[in-house]
Amino acid sequence: MKIIQTDLLCVGAGLAGERVAIEAADNGFSVICLSIVPARRSHSSAAQGGMQAALGNSAMGEGDSPDVHFADTVKGSDWGCDQEVARLFVDAAPIAMRQMAFWGVPWNRVVPGEQTYYKGGKPFTAFEKPENEGLIHSRNFGGTAKWRTCYTSDGTGHCVLYTLDNRAAQMGVSVIDKVEAIALIHDGDTCMGVIARCLKTGELTAYLAKATLIATGGFGRIYRESTNAVICDGGGLITALDTGVVPLGNMEAVQFHPTGIVPTDILVTEGCRGDGGTLLDKNEYRFMPDYEPEKAELASRDVVSRRMTEHMRKGLGVPSPYGDHLWLDIRHLGEHHIRTKLREVDEICQSFLGVDPVYQLIPVRPTQHYSMGGVRTNKDGAAYGLKGLFSAGEASCWDMHGFNRLGGNSLAETVVAGMIIGGKIVEFLKGSETVIKTASVRDAMDKQNARIADLISCKNGSENPYTVRNAMFDSIMKGAGIFRNGKDLETCVAELQEILGRARRVGLRSNGKGANPELTMALKIEGMVKLALCVAYGALKRTESRGAHTREDFPERNDRDWLTRTLATWAEGADLPTLNYEPATHVFEMPPGDRGYGGGKIIPMNG
Amino acid sequence: MGRTLTFNIFRYNPSDPASSPHMDKFTLDETERMTLFIALNRIREEIDPTLMFDFCCRAGICGACAMVINGRPGLACHTKTKEMPDEITLMPLPVFKLVGDLSVDTGTWFRGMYQKVESWVHTDKKFDPKAQEERMDNALAEQIYELDRCIECGCCVGACGTALMREDFLGAVALNRLARFILDPRDQRTEKDYFDIVGTDEGIFGCMGLLACEDVCPKQIPLQEQLGKLRRKMALAAVKNILPKFLKKDF
Repeated sequence: MKIIQTDLLCVGAGLAGERVAIEAADNGFSVICLSIVPARRSHSSAAQGGMQAALGNSAMGEGDSPDVHFADTVKGSDWGCDQEVARLFVDAAPIAMRQMAFWGVPWNRVVPGEQTYYKGGKPFTAFEKPENEGLIHSRNFGGTAKWRTCYTSDGTGHCVLYTLDNRAAQMGVSVIDKVEAIALIHDGDTCMGVIARCLKTGELTAYLAKATLIATGGFGRIYRESTNAVICDGGGLITALDTGVVPLGNMEAVQFHPTGIVPTDILVTEGCRGDGGTLLDKNEYRFMPDYEPEKAELASRDVVSRRMTEHMRKGLGVPSPYGDHLWLDIRHLGEHHIRTKLREVDEICQSFLGVDPVYQLIPVRPTQHYSMGGVRTNKDGAAYGLKGLFSAGEASCWDMHGFNRLGGNSLAETVVAGMIIGGKIVEFLKGSETVIKTASVRDAMDKQNARIADLISCKNGSENPYTVRNAMFDSIMKGAGIFRNGKDLETCVAELQEILGRARRVGLRSNGKGANPELTMALKIEGMVKLALCVAYGALKRTESRGAHTREDFPERNDRDWLTRTLATWAEGADLPTLNYEPATHVFEMPPGDRGYGGGKIIPMNG
Repeated sequence: MGRTLTFNIFRYNPSDPASSPHMDKFTLDETERMTLFIALNRIREEIDPTLMFDFCCRAGICGACAMVINGRPGLACHTKTKEMPDEITLMPLPVFKLVGDLSVDTGTWFRGMYQKVESWVHTDKKFDPKAQEERMDNALAEQIYELDRCIECGCCVGACGTALMREDFLGAVALNRLARFILDPRDQRTEKDYFDIVGTDEGIFGCMGLLACEDVCPKQIPLQEQLGKLRRKMALAAVKNILPKFLKKDF
């Protein structure tokens, strides 16, 4: 058995994983990051917008403070977040941004004097103070009282990731790419590392560690329609769920975006609708005013997504080889506006669709975008259920996002949580020893070897993993998509249970040798269906609407019964997760109230 | 629409003793707005589950899917079939170690590059969490960003005549990386430090000026311009090192 040992093992080398890794390396500990792709290809690189931090340097950010940022974050979460964690986050965010600047991120900076900006497609001027010249600038993002999103042009995630990976290289962090963790090594009490499969050779290795961090990003790829990179299939979450003792938090809290392009589900910005873009159906009829007479296409993200789905269900979607979609029409905005103000949208349409939006309609559909749920941790990033296991970033439920995350808060979370949790992991590494039990290592390795042998020999059956995955796609988008109700969720849960049975009977058509991609898929399909069940079952049981979780049959936010966090664990051999609940927050800096947007009734705590 | 596309794809699985390098043919009916991302996934899911290739963001951001497409290195994710002939030939990027079929190991190559050019800010300052950030001119930040846009897809390396002939050649991507740090005032390295890294045949003097790197760069980074600037700067640095001390002050 090939064994490699280290102090800290980070599963995932995106922003969160690398930031934690750097903290440990900086303190003299040995660190290995495992990554499915070279670190710089991680999905963090795709986040173009920016990172929220209350620096308050820009004219439109004047008067900003961590307190204002805190209020925005708690409201955004629809009071589903842990307020202690939200406080830790907003206080540390400015320091983290400055640290990124120190390490080399070329943040856009304040240019003094009168500047032209855009809001809702309309230009206006603001005066940037001369004394703030050259400090970190900020831009506007939805759901915030101040402009506080730090950015580098249209490549924030990319630049910060490159900077962190540079720093990791400098600190001697060992990043091993094209490797996928397929199981945690544990004894039901302590985590000792992972069993990982090399995606170059297929070889299994036991990586042993005093501390193990899950930082594998979101699980969007349990949906067919997702803006997430193809690697965001919840691999790290699956290894946690498979332990039977580590709970996943708020898996039903999934954020959708109304306008992903078809077929590749790349996101086009909401700016299109803000500037006057309209949505058309298969008859090229503008339908949104029928549903939302006042706001039409400018209703909130969730509402537009729901109405689009509703309209397609009436059979008014545009049929295509990739499923039904609708049209986004920006032709009337004119060539000049599209080529300059909506340049990114223009480029995406031309590059990935071969569509010229000046003359042609853009095929769009609502698409999964962000996973608020993940490995439940305490405020130090320590996972519930196993000592020595930590989690950070989108993979975790730390939980500052509650039921809806704000744009710019998630990207900031990666480096802020990375800094805070990295510090806590250093304390853990300094203050404790982990006993590695060779029997646990051997058992974990034997189990994975047996799984692979069974898949290759079709011992349990010969279901095609891609067919099973497609069945899961169909079921979850129908039942636990944007629109949710008891009846459809019950059907969805029943279907997914049947699909889980099929996932357990998967077998390979090929020989499984080397970096065989069929085996890669087959190894994770059962886990993906389990994640889908955590989402659907959690959504079925949560009989209220909160943030991105919208129940047609329970439209109120119910603070009396549901100011809680769902915790899902999976007992071995079970067909459903076990759900438990804990209070959403133990500390109330801000009592539950109205978000001030999104509408909806509230059943108060003492109602 | 209505075309049938033929894909000629390089096949070889180094981990399987029974495998030998060859070309396989696959046919697919073309669908609207099809890209190589859609096509290759369909081939894997519907025809041959063993086909190895790499995609990650599938949106032109991460650089994972570079391959040789009808003879030219490029990103598969933004290659639209409607702009291609009926027959499409796909080969893995050269220079990088083959993982299998169209998948290559770019990670190892690039990590080697980071170490060679020491791809990080060199400073003896310590970060002070209580201090305001150091100021920077926005125009300079934007210039650095222009060079930081590289996505390490490897197209420039795969298309480079020198890189194909000599394994130790740094390649346009590394020279661009160094140019990025030379621009950055936070990096305290001196001209001599930079010269020691790239003032060699493995560095700027190895380039034959074929310009393919810039032609194939999916991000349109002005690689040749960076190379030209580096050469002038380094030539000057070299002269300075030869000249007696009392003459140097003029440079």
